[in-house]
Amino acid sequence: MDINLTIFGQMFAFAVFWWFCAKYVWPLFMNVMNERRQKIADGLEAAARAQKDLELAQAKSTDQLKEAKAQAATLIEQANKRAAQIVEEAKDQAREEGKRIIAGANAEIEQEVNRAKEALRAQISSIAVAGAEKILERSIDKAANEEMLNKLAAEL
Amino acid sequence: MAELAEAAHAVAEHGAEGQSVQEYIQHHLSYLTYGRFPDGHWGLAHTPEEATEMGFMSIHVDTMGWSLVLGAAFLLFFRYIGKRATSDTPNGIQNFVESIFEFVEARVNEGFNYKNAYVAPLCLTLFVWIILMNFMDIIPVDIIPEIAMAIGGIWGLEHMSFKIVPTTDPNITMGMSLSVFVLILYYSIKHKGIGGFLSELAFHPFGKWMLPFNLIIEIPTLFAKPISLGLRLFGNLYAGELLFLLIAALLGAYQLPAHFVWAVFHILVIPLQAFVFMMLTIVYINAAHESHDH
Repeated sequence: MDINLTIFGQMFAFAVFWWFCAKYVWPLFMNVMNERRQKIADGLEAAARAQKDLELAQAKSTDQLKEAKAQAATLIEQANKRAAQIVEEAKDQAREEGKRIIAGANAEIEQEVNRAKEALRAQISSIAVAGAEKILERSIDKAANEEMLNKLAAEL
Repeated sequence: MAELAEAAHAVAEHGAEGQSVQEYIQHHLSYLTYGRFPDGHWGLAHTPEEATEMGFMSIHVDTMGWSLVLGAAFLLFFRYIGKRATSDTPNGIQNFVESIFEFVEARVNEGFNYKNAYVAPLCLTLFVWIILMNFMDIIPVDIIPEIAMAIGGIWGLEHMSFKIVPTTDPNITMGMSLSVFVLILYYSIKHKGIGGFLSELAFHPFGKWMLPFNLIIEIPTLFAKPISLGLRLFGNLYAGELLFLLIAALLGAYQLPAHFVWAVFHILVIPLQAFVFMMLTIVYINAAHESHDH
Protein backbone atom coordinates (compact mmCIF):
# COMPACT_ATOMS: atom_id res chain seq x y z
CA MET A 1 0.00 0.00 0.00
CA ASP A 2 1.53 3.28 -1.07
CA ILE A 3 0.71 5.87 1.52
CA ASN A 4 2.06 9.29 0.54
CA LEU A 5 1.31 13.00 0.68
CA THR A 6 -2.12 12.37 -0.83
CA ILE A 7 -3.35 11.43 2.63
CA PHE A 8 -2.57 14.94 3.90
CA GLY A 9 -4.07 16.44 0.78
CA GLN A 10 -7.27 14.58 1.47
CA MET A 11 -7.26 15.57 5.15
CA PHE A 12 -6.81 19.20 4.18
CA ALA A 13 -9.51 19.00 1.50
CA PHE A 14 -11.82 17.34 4.00
CA ALA A 15 -11.28 20.11 6.54
CA VAL A 16 -11.96 22.79 3.93
CA PHE A 17 -15.06 21.05 2.61
CA TRP A 18 -16.35 20.52 6.14
CA TRP A 19 -15.86 24.18 6.93
CA PHE A 20 -17.56 25.24 3.70
CA CYS A 21 -20.47 22.88 4.31
CA ALA A 22 -20.95 24.01 7.90
CA LYS A 23 -20.76 27.69 7.00
CA TYR A 24 -22.34 28.02 3.56
CA VAL A 25 -24.46 24.94 2.85
CA TRP A 26 -25.93 23.51 6.03
CA PRO A 27 -27.47 26.75 7.37
CA LEU A 28 -29.27 27.41 4.06
CA PHE A 29 -31.21 24.18 4.28
CA MET A 30 -31.59 24.38 8.04
CA ASN A 31 -33.25 27.78 7.68
CA VAL A 32 -35.54 26.62 4.91
CA MET A 33 -36.54 23.54 6.91
CA ASN A 34 -37.17 25.47 10.10
CA GLU A 35 -39.13 28.10 8.20
CA ARG A 36 -41.28 25.41 6.63
CA ARG A 37 -41.83 23.67 9.96
CA GLN A 38 -42.89 27.00 11.42
CA LYS A 39 -45.23 27.63 8.51
CA ILE A 40 -46.84 24.23 8.91
CA ALA A 41 -47.24 24.72 12.65
CA ASP A 42 -48.75 28.18 12.05
CA GLY A 43 -51.09 26.79 9.42
CA LEU A 44 -52.34 24.06 11.72
CA GLU A 45 -52.82 26.51 14.53
CA ALA A 46 -54.74 28.88 12.26
CA ALA A 47 -56.95 26.03 11.11
CA ALA A 48 -57.72 25.07 14.72
CA ARG A 49 -58.47 28.68 15.53
CA ALA A 50 -60.76 29.03 12.51
CA GLN A 51 -62.60 25.89 13.57
CA LYS A 52 -63.15 27.33 17.03
CA ASP A 53 -64.24 30.67 15.54
CA LEU A 54 -66.71 28.83 13.32
CA GLU A 55 -68.20 27.02 16.31
CA LEU A 56 -68.52 30.28 18.21
CA ALA A 57 -70.14 31.99 15.25
CA GLN A 58 -72.59 29.15 14.84
CA ALA A 59 -73.57 29.30 18.51
CA LYS A 60 -73.90 33.06 18.24
CA SER A 61 -76.07 32.88 15.14
CA THR A 62 -78.38 30.36 16.84
CA ASP A 63 -78.72 32.69 19.81
CA GLN A 64 -79.41 35.65 17.58
CA LEU A 65 -82.02 33.74 15.64
CA LYS A 66 -83.78 32.76 18.86
CA GLU A 67 -83.68 36.34 20.07
CA ALA A 68 -85.02 37.65 16.77
CA LYS A 69 -87.89 35.18 16.89
CA ALA A 70 -88.76 36.26 20.40
CA GLN A 71 -88.60 39.90 19.36
CA ALA A 72 -90.86 39.28 16.38
CA ALA A 73 -93.38 37.51 18.59
CA THR A 74 -93.38 40.47 21.00
CA LEU A 75 -93.81 42.92 18.14
CA ILE A 76 -96.75 40.99 16.71
CA GLU A 77 -98.39 40.85 20.10
CA GLN A 78 -97.89 44.57 20.62
CA ALA A 79 -99.29 45.31 17.18
CA ASN A 80 -102.36 43.21 17.87
CA LYS A 81 -102.92 45.00 21.15
CA ARG A 82 -102.50 48.37 19.49
CA ALA A 83 -104.95 47.48 16.73
CA ALA A 84 -107.53 46.42 19.25
CA GLN A 85 -106.99 49.67 21.10
CA ILE A 86 -107.37 51.71 17.94
CA VAL A 87 -110.61 49.93 17.07
CA GLU A 88 -111.83 50.54 20.61
CA GLU A 89 -110.96 54.23 20.38
CA ALA A 90 -112.69 54.57 17.03
CA LYS A 91 -115.79 52.98 18.46
CA ASP A 92 -115.77 55.41 21.37
CA GLN A 93 -115.29 58.35 19.08
CA ALA A 94 -118.13 57.23 16.83
CA ARG A 95 -120.39 56.80 19.80
CA GLU A 96 -119.64 60.30 21.06
CA GLU A 97 -120.05 61.76 17.61
CA GLY A 98 -123.43 60.08 17.32
CA LYS A 99 -124.49 61.44 20.66
CA ARG A 100 -123.31 64.88 19.67
CA ILE A 101 -125.26 64.74 16.39
CA ILE A 102 -128.37 63.54 18.20
CA ALA A 103 -128.06 66.32 20.72
CA GLY A 104 -127.62 68.91 17.91
CA ALA A 105 -130.71 67.55 16.15
CA ASN A 106 -132.73 67.65 19.35
CA ALA A 107 -131.72 71.25 19.99
CA GLU A 108 -132.67 72.21 16.45
CA ILE A 109 -136.02 70.50 16.77
CA GLU A 110 -136.68 72.38 20.00
CA GLN A 111 -135.73 75.63 18.32
CA GLU A 112 -138.11 74.89 15.45
CA VAL A 113 -140.86 74.06 17.90
CA ASN A 114 -140.26 77.31 19.78
CA ARG A 115 -140.14 79.25 16.58
CA ALA A 116 -143.46 77.68 15.51
CA LYS A 117 -144.89 78.49 18.89
CA GLU A 118 -143.79 82.14 18.55
CA ALA A 119 -145.37 82.34 15.12
CA LEU A 120 -148.47 80.72 16.43
CA ARG A 121 -148.48 83.05 19.40
CA ALA A 122 -148.15 86.08 17.15
CA GLN A 123 -151.03 85.00 14.98
CA ILE A 124 -153.32 83.57 17.64
CA SER A 125 -154.25 86.96 19.12
CA SER A 126 -155.34 88.37 15.79
CA ILE A 127 -157.26 85.17 15.06
CA ALA A 128 -158.90 85.28 18.46
CA VAL A 129 -159.72 88.99 18.09
CA ALA A 130 -161.10 88.42 14.62
CA GLY A 131 -163.15 85.49 15.96
CA ALA A 132 -164.40 87.49 18.88
CA GLU A 133 -165.27 90.50 16.68
CA LYS A 134 -167.21 88.21 14.46
CA ILE A 135 -169.03 86.71 17.43
CA LEU A 136 -169.75 89.91 19.38
CA GLU A 137 -169.95 92.32 16.54
CA ARG A 138 -170.32 94.94 19.14
CA SER A 139 -168.19 97.78 20.12
CA ILE A 140 -165.70 96.56 22.27
CA ASP A 141 -163.12 98.52 23.87
CA LYS A 142 -160.34 97.46 21.65
CA ALA A 143 -157.68 98.67 23.97
CA ALA A 144 -159.02 96.83 27.00
CA ASN A 145 -159.54 93.67 25.03
CA GLU A 146 -156.17 93.82 23.46
CA GLU A 147 -154.61 93.93 26.85
CA MET A 148 -156.57 90.94 27.90
CA LEU A 149 -155.81 89.06 24.76
CA ASN A 150 -152.14 89.72 25.06
CA LYS A 151 -152.31 88.33 28.58
CA LEU A 152 -154.01 85.27 27.16
CA ALA A 153 -151.38 84.90 24.39
CA ALA A 154 -148.65 85.12 26.96
CA GLU A 155 -150.23 82.34 28.88
CA LEU A 156 -150.28 80.04 25.86
CA MET B 1 -24.26 4.48 -26.28
CA ALA B 2 -21.32 6.38 -27.69
CA GLU B 3 -19.56 5.89 -24.36
CA LEU B 4 -20.10 2.17 -24.46
CA ALA B 5 -18.73 1.90 -27.98
CA GLU B 6 -15.74 3.95 -26.92
CA ALA B 7 -15.07 1.68 -23.97
CA ALA B 8 -15.31 -1.38 -26.17
CA HIS B 9 -12.94 0.24 -28.62
CA ALA B 10 -10.49 1.03 -25.85
CA VAL B 11 -10.37 -2.56 -24.67
CA ALA B 12 -9.94 -3.80 -28.21
CA GLU B 13 -6.90 -1.52 -28.48
CA HIS B 14 -5.43 -3.04 -25.34
CA GLY B 15 -5.75 -6.43 -26.96
CA ALA B 16 -3.95 -5.10 -29.99
CA GLU B 17 -1.10 -3.83 -27.83
CA GLY B 18 -0.66 -7.37 -26.59
CA GLN B 19 -1.03 -6.51 -22.94
CA SER B 20 -1.56 -9.48 -20.66
CA VAL B 21 -4.52 -9.49 -18.26
CA GLN B 22 -2.12 -8.97 -15.40
CA GLU B 23 -0.44 -6.01 -17.07
CA TYR B 24 -3.80 -4.50 -17.96
CA ILE B 25 -5.06 -4.70 -14.38
CA GLN B 26 -1.73 -3.54 -12.99
CA HIS B 27 -1.86 -0.52 -15.25
CA HIS B 28 -5.37 0.34 -14.09
CA LEU B 29 -4.44 0.02 -10.45
CA SER B 30 -1.53 2.47 -10.72
CA TYR B 31 -1.82 6.17 -10.05
CA LEU B 32 -0.84 9.27 -11.93
CA THR B 33 1.83 10.38 -9.48
CA TYR B 34 3.48 13.76 -9.04
CA GLY B 35 6.40 13.78 -6.65
CA ARG B 36 10.09 14.22 -5.89
CA PHE B 37 12.46 12.08 -7.90
CA PRO B 38 15.40 10.53 -6.08
CA ASP B 39 17.64 13.17 -7.68
CA GLY B 40 15.61 15.89 -5.94
CA HIS B 41 13.58 17.47 -8.74
CA TRP B 42 9.77 17.35 -8.76
CA GLY B 43 7.69 16.03 -11.62
CA LEU B 44 5.19 13.48 -12.92
CA ALA B 45 6.26 9.84 -12.73
CA HIS B 46 6.24 8.24 -16.20
CA THR B 47 6.25 4.63 -15.01
CA PRO B 48 4.97 2.81 -11.91
CA GLU B 49 8.62 2.15 -10.99
CA GLU B 50 9.39 5.85 -10.91
CA ALA B 51 6.31 6.41 -8.76
CA THR B 52 7.47 3.75 -6.30
CA GLU B 53 10.90 5.35 -6.09
CA MET B 54 9.31 8.67 -5.08
CA GLY B 55 8.05 7.06 -1.90
CA PHE B 56 6.23 9.30 0.54
CA MET B 57 7.08 12.61 -1.08
CA SER B 58 4.52 12.25 -3.87
CA ILE B 59 0.91 12.88 -4.50
CA HIS B 60 -1.70 10.99 -6.52
CA VAL B 61 -2.82 13.65 -8.94
CA ASP B 62 -5.69 11.55 -10.33
CA THR B 63 -7.48 10.39 -7.19
CA MET B 64 -6.76 13.63 -5.34
CA GLY B 65 -8.02 15.64 -8.30
CA TRP B 66 -11.22 13.65 -8.64
CA SER B 67 -11.76 13.85 -4.91
CA LEU B 68 -11.48 17.65 -5.02
CA VAL B 69 -13.62 17.98 -8.14
CA LEU B 70 -16.39 15.80 -6.71
CA GLY B 71 -16.34 17.43 -3.29
CA ALA B 72 -16.41 20.91 -4.79
CA ALA B 73 -19.15 19.92 -7.25
CA PHE B 74 -21.26 18.54 -4.41
CA LEU B 75 -20.87 21.61 -2.22
CA LEU B 76 -21.39 24.14 -4.99
CA PHE B 77 -24.44 22.27 -6.26
CA PHE B 78 -25.93 22.08 -2.78
CA ARG B 79 -25.19 25.72 -2.20
CA TYR B 80 -26.76 26.67 -5.53
CA ILE B 81 -29.91 24.72 -4.66
CA GLY B 82 -29.88 26.01 -1.07
CA LYS B 83 -29.69 29.62 -2.30
CA ARG B 84 -32.80 29.19 -4.41
CA ALA B 85 -34.61 27.01 -1.88
CA THR B 86 -38.00 28.26 -0.71
CA SER B 87 -39.90 27.25 2.37
CA ASP B 88 -43.01 26.90 0.21
CA THR B 89 -43.68 23.80 -1.84
CA PRO B 90 -40.24 22.68 -3.05
CA ASN B 91 -39.66 21.81 -6.71
CA GLY B 92 -38.14 18.54 -7.89
CA ILE B 93 -34.44 19.17 -7.50
CA GLN B 94 -34.87 20.97 -4.18
CA ASN B 95 -36.94 18.05 -2.98
CA PHE B 96 -34.13 15.67 -3.90
CA VAL B 97 -31.47 17.69 -2.08
CA GLU B 98 -33.75 18.21 0.91
CA SER B 99 -34.44 14.50 1.17
CA ILE B 100 -30.68 13.85 1.42
CA PHE B 101 -30.38 16.66 3.93
CA GLU B 102 -33.26 15.34 6.02
CA PHE B 103 -31.89 11.81 5.86
CA VAL B 104 -28.54 12.92 7.25
CA GLU B 105 -30.18 15.21 9.80
CA ALA B 106 -32.38 12.37 11.05
CA ARG B 107 -29.39 10.01 11.40
CA VAL B 108 -27.47 12.65 13.34
CA ASN B 109 -30.44 13.40 15.59
CA GLU B 110 -30.86 9.71 16.35
CA GLY B 111 -27.22 8.89 16.91
CA PHE B 112 -25.73 12.05 18.32
CA ASN B 113 -27.04 13.16 21.71
CA TYR B 114 -25.10 16.36 22.29
CA LYS B 115 -25.28 19.94 21.13
CA ASN B 116 -22.72 20.45 18.40
CA ALA B 117 -23.73 22.29 15.25
CA TYR B 118 -20.66 21.08 13.34
CA VAL B 119 -21.36 17.35 13.50
CA ALA B 120 -24.32 17.33 11.13
CA PRO B 121 -22.50 19.26 8.35
CA LEU B 122 -19.55 16.91 8.87
CA CYS B 123 -21.79 13.93 8.26
CA LEU B 124 -23.47 15.51 5.24
CA THR B 125 -20.07 16.26 3.73
CA LEU B 126 -18.83 12.74 4.33
CA PHE B 127 -21.98 11.02 3.12
CA VAL B 128 -22.49 12.84 -0.17
CA TRP B 129 -18.80 13.14 -0.95
CA ILE B 130 -18.16 9.43 -0.44
CA ILE B 131 -21.24 8.48 -2.47
CA LEU B 132 -20.00 10.59 -5.36
CA MET B 133 -16.48 9.18 -5.15
CA ASN B 134 -17.88 5.66 -5.00
CA PHE B 135 -20.09 6.32 -7.99
CA MET B 136 -17.05 6.84 -10.18
CA ASP B 137 -16.78 3.06 -9.97
CA ILE B 138 -19.86 2.63 -12.16
CA ILE B 139 -18.30 4.38 -15.16
CA PRO B 140 -16.84 1.71 -17.46
CA VAL B 141 -13.20 1.35 -16.50
CA ASP B 142 -11.56 2.46 -19.73
CA ILE B 143 -13.45 5.54 -20.82
CA ILE B 144 -11.85 8.27 -18.76
CA PRO B 145 -8.34 6.69 -18.57
CA GLU B 146 -8.30 6.46 -22.40
CA ILE B 147 -9.27 10.11 -22.74
CA ALA B 148 -6.63 11.01 -20.16
CA MET B 149 -3.98 9.02 -22.01
CA ALA B 150 -4.93 10.74 -25.25
CA ILE B 151 -4.47 14.13 -23.60
CA GLY B 152 -1.38 12.99 -21.69
CA GLY B 153 0.14 11.86 -24.98
CA ILE B 154 0.70 15.51 -25.80
CA TRP B 155 3.36 15.62 -23.04
CA GLY B 156 4.69 12.15 -23.74
CA LEU B 157 2.55 10.45 -21.11
CA GLU B 158 0.67 8.15 -23.49
CA HIS B 159 1.02 5.20 -21.10
CA MET B 160 0.14 7.07 -17.95
CA SER B 161 -2.22 5.58 -15.39
CA PHE B 162 -5.32 7.50 -14.50
CA LYS B 163 -7.41 6.21 -11.65
CA ILE B 164 -10.83 7.81 -11.38
CA VAL B 165 -12.30 6.19 -8.26
CA PRO B 166 -10.85 8.13 -5.30
CA THR B 167 -12.16 5.67 -2.72
CA THR B 168 -10.04 2.88 -4.22
CA ASP B 169 -7.01 4.87 -3.08
CA PRO B 170 -6.20 4.11 0.58
CA ASN B 171 -4.74 7.60 0.89
CA ILE B 172 -8.17 9.09 0.27
CA THR B 173 -10.12 6.81 2.59
CA MET B 174 -7.47 6.90 5.31
CA GLY B 175 -7.24 10.67 4.90
CA MET B 176 -10.89 10.93 5.84
CA SER B 177 -10.77 8.35 8.61
CA LEU B 178 -7.67 9.98 10.11
CA SER B 179 -9.51 13.30 10.06
CA VAL B 180 -12.34 11.62 11.95
CA PHE B 181 -9.74 10.18 14.34
CA VAL B 182 -8.33 13.65 14.97
CA LEU B 183 -11.85 14.81 15.73
CA ILE B 184 -12.37 11.87 18.10
CA LEU B 185 -9.23 12.85 20.00
CA TYR B 186 -10.15 16.54 19.93
CA TYR B 187 -13.68 16.07 21.25
CA SER B 188 -12.59 13.44 23.78
CA ILE B 189 -10.03 15.80 25.30
CA LYS B 190 -12.38 18.78 25.03
CA HIS B 191 -15.24 17.07 26.87
CA LYS B 192 -13.41 14.74 29.24
CA GLY B 193 -10.17 16.60 29.74
CA ILE B 194 -6.76 14.98 29.16
CA GLY B 195 -7.09 13.16 32.50
CA GLY B 196 -10.56 11.91 31.72
CA PHE B 197 -9.50 10.69 28.31
CA LEU B 198 -6.39 8.91 29.61
CA SER B 199 -8.25 7.39 32.56
CA GLU B 200 -10.80 6.04 30.13
CA LEU B 201 -7.95 4.26 28.38
CA ALA B 202 -6.32 3.12 31.62
CA PHE B 203 -9.19 2.24 33.98
CA HIS B 204 -11.73 0.70 31.66
CA PRO B 205 -13.13 -1.84 31.41
CA PHE B 206 -11.57 -3.70 34.40
CA GLY B 207 -10.82 -0.98 36.95
CA LYS B 208 -7.47 0.40 38.08
CA TRP B 209 -5.88 -2.86 39.33
CA MET B 210 -5.94 -4.28 35.85
CA LEU B 211 -4.35 -1.21 34.24
CA PRO B 212 -1.98 -3.03 31.84
CA PHE B 213 -4.79 -5.19 30.55
CA ASN B 214 -6.98 -2.15 30.15
CA LEU B 215 -4.31 -0.42 28.10
CA ILE B 216 -3.77 -3.51 25.98
CA ILE B 217 -7.48 -3.57 25.21
CA GLU B 218 -8.24 0.13 24.94
CA ILE B 219 -5.31 1.43 22.92
CA PRO B 220 -5.76 -0.97 19.99
CA THR B 221 -9.51 -0.32 20.18
CA LEU B 222 -8.82 3.39 19.83
CA PHE B 223 -6.50 2.97 16.87
CA ALA B 224 -8.70 0.32 15.29
CA LYS B 225 -11.39 2.96 14.81
CA PRO B 226 -9.76 5.04 12.06
CA ILE B 227 -8.01 2.06 10.49
CA SER B 228 -11.15 -0.05 10.21
CA LEU B 229 -13.14 2.98 9.08
CA GLY B 230 -10.73 3.81 6.26
CA LEU B 231 -9.89 0.26 5.24
CA ARG B 232 -13.50 -0.90 5.15
CA LEU B 233 -14.37 1.74 2.60
CA PHE B 234 -11.17 1.17 0.65
CA GLY B 235 -11.55 -2.62 0.68
CA ASN B 236 -15.13 -2.64 -0.53
CA LEU B 237 -14.51 -0.24 -3.37
CA TYR B 238 -11.16 -1.77 -4.31
CA ALA B 239 -12.76 -5.20 -4.56
CA GLY B 240 -15.57 -3.81 -6.67
CA GLU B 241 -13.15 -1.99 -8.95
CA LEU B 242 -10.98 -5.08 -9.27
CA LEU B 243 -13.94 -7.11 -10.44
CA PHE B 244 -14.83 -4.47 -13.04
CA LEU B 245 -11.21 -4.59 -14.23
CA LEU B 246 -11.25 -8.36 -14.35
CA ILE B 247 -14.44 -8.31 -16.39
CA ALA B 248 -12.94 -5.73 -18.73
CA ALA B 249 -9.65 -7.61 -19.05
CA LEU B 250 -11.15 -11.04 -19.65
CA LEU B 251 -14.11 -10.16 -21.82
CA GLY B 252 -12.58 -7.27 -23.73
CA ALA B 253 -15.11 -5.65 -26.01
CA TYR B 254 -17.87 -7.92 -24.70
CA GLN B 255 -17.52 -6.66 -21.12
CA LEU B 256 -20.60 -4.48 -21.06
CA PRO B 257 -23.34 -7.01 -20.19
CA ALA B 258 -21.20 -8.45 -17.41
CA HIS B 259 -20.20 -4.95 -16.38
CA PHE B 260 -23.88 -4.08 -16.15
CA VAL B 261 -24.69 -7.13 -14.01
CA TRP B 262 -21.89 -6.40 -11.55
CA ALA B 263 -22.80 -2.71 -11.53
CA VAL B 264 -26.31 -3.63 -10.43
CA PHE B 265 -24.86 -5.43 -7.41
CA HIS B 266 -22.22 -2.85 -6.83
CA ILE B 267 -24.71 0.03 -6.82
CA LEU B 268 -25.93 -1.37 -3.50
CA VAL B 269 -22.43 -1.19 -2.04
CA ILE B 270 -21.89 2.43 -3.11
CA PRO B 271 -24.42 4.19 -0.85
CA LEU B 272 -24.15 1.48 1.80
CA GLN B 273 -20.45 2.12 2.35
CA ALA B 274 -21.01 5.87 2.45
CA PHE B 275 -23.80 5.30 4.97
CA VAL B 276 -21.63 3.01 7.11
CA PHE B 277 -18.82 5.55 7.12
CA MET B 278 -21.21 8.30 8.19
CA MET B 279 -22.93 6.21 10.86
CA LEU B 280 -19.66 5.08 12.40
CA THR B 281 -18.44 8.66 12.41
CA ILE B 282 -21.59 9.67 14.31
CA VAL B 283 -21.13 6.83 16.79
CA TYR B 284 -17.43 7.59 17.35
CA ILE B 285 -17.96 11.31 17.79
CA ASN B 286 -20.92 10.70 20.06
CA ALA B 287 -18.75 8.40 22.20
CA ALA B 288 -16.08 11.10 22.26
CA HIS B 289 -18.60 13.52 23.80
CA GLU B 290 -19.64 11.00 26.45
CA SER B 291 -17.96 11.38 29.77
CA HIS B 292 -17.98 8.53 32.28
CA ASP B 293 -18.08 10.18 35.66
CA HIS B 294 -17.35 7.49 38.21
